[in-house]
Amino acid sequence: MEASGTTAIGPRTAARYFGAGFLALGIWWLVYQGLSPFAKWFTFSLLTLSPGSHLTSAVEFFVFEAPKVLMLLALVVFAVGVVRSFFTPERARRILAGKRESAGNVLASLLGVVTPFCSCSAVPLFIGFVTSGVPLGVTFSFLVSAPMVNEIALVLLYGLFGWKIALLYAGTGLAIAMISGWVIGRLGMEAHVEEWVYATPTGISEGGESPGFSWGDRVHFGLDSVRDIVGKVWPYVVVGIAVGAGIHGYVPENFMAGIMGAGAWWSVPLAVAIGIPMYSNAAGIIPVVQALLGKGAALGTVLAFMMSVIGLSLPEMIILRKVLKVRLIATFAGVVGVGILAVGYLFNFLL
Amino acid sequence: MKIEILGTGCPKCKQTAEVVRKAVEQADIDATIHKVEDIQEIMKFKVMMTPAVAVDGQVRISGKVPTVDEVKALLANGGRT
Repeated sequence: MEASGTTAIGPRTAARYFGAGFLALGIWWLVYQGLSPFAKWFTFSLLTLSPGSHLTSAVEFFVFEAPKVLMLLALVVFAVGVVRSFFTPERARRILAGKRESAGNVLASLLGVVTPFCSCSAVPLFIGFVTSGVPLGVTFSFLVSAPMVNEIALVLLYGLFGWKIALLYAGTGLAIAMISGWVIGRLGMEAHVEEWVYATPTGISEGGESPGFSWGDRVHFGLDSVRDIVGKVWPYVVVGIAVGAGIHGYVPENFMAGIMGAGAWWSVPLAVAIGIPMYSNAAGIIPVVQALLGKGAALGTVLAFMMSVIGLSLPEMIILRKVLKVRLIATFAGVVGVGILAVGYLFNFLL
Repeated sequence: MKIEILGTGCPKCKQTAEVVRKAVEQADIDATIHKVEDIQEIMKFKVMMTPAVAVDGQVRISGKVPTVDEVKALLANGGRT
């Protein structure tokens, strides 16, 4: 399947795509570099705000962070869109069918990261996996990692906190997906899947299989996902950064330390409990997270909060109710929730 | 021609239905549009990603909201075969 379509567009067109790509990347980089001076100029010269006030610090934060985060987001969503044109749920299913449990859990968690997924497709995907011989626990590993460890979360974490925290998040998110899938598999809860699911005829039509895309198609795929995803999440990002700017400018340093600091043992479960009914995506929650961290909230507590907001969402559970009985949904939420708590406590103790 | 839109009623599925309706109107084709919202019925089409569009029982688009032009091209093809 690799680049089999290059014949369709010819080497010259391919070269033109790469040339345009490099040019676009160069322009992107120059603009990105100019954001910080621009924010300073905008705040101090254009609005003539005096340095040091709450308002100044909030305005500068917003004018710098909002375009920065949106630009990072556009770049990465594009790259991931291109990568994802190589993966489809059908392909993931074929790889996972008949895999043994432990290796399957690891593989499913990793595939969850690169396979395009939307929570509105959770049900057909679940049925497609289970009926074609993917073990229940392995299917859950996929369902946990797909929303939680996603490109938007990773990029924003990288852009705002650096690679260490991004890697920590990806690593612990994957670990939770692998382990909770494995635990659910051990519990043998196949009886708590609605009966009709197993009565569904097996097999998935090959019609959904991606044909040999050309590089031109893949570029369009990437651009489409930028339009689709960035077009949809930008208001969340802007509102998130505005909230972040407010916290940044007005909330005193270390204000959060008492509520969300490492010293308060109850802060982690509280953060998870608040996070589950909140439905947001990574793009909206990370700027808030950044502001919380900056004011003394503990890293473990904040990571737990973020994971529960995007990894355990109430709407997804309601959708899954169509195929799972209540006990299995509760077990799923419980196991993943315990994993998130463990991550929260681990980082609060280690760092 | 029989067009079926597969989706459990999420916003993307409604968008897809709207796009298909527009495409049929613009292409001026004699087609019936039917929304399949029951998950058990949807699974009979063996799709893994919704929204999906099936023409005469065959799934042609899945996992995304198509553009009006895409659907028109599809219908033009489907009309010939």
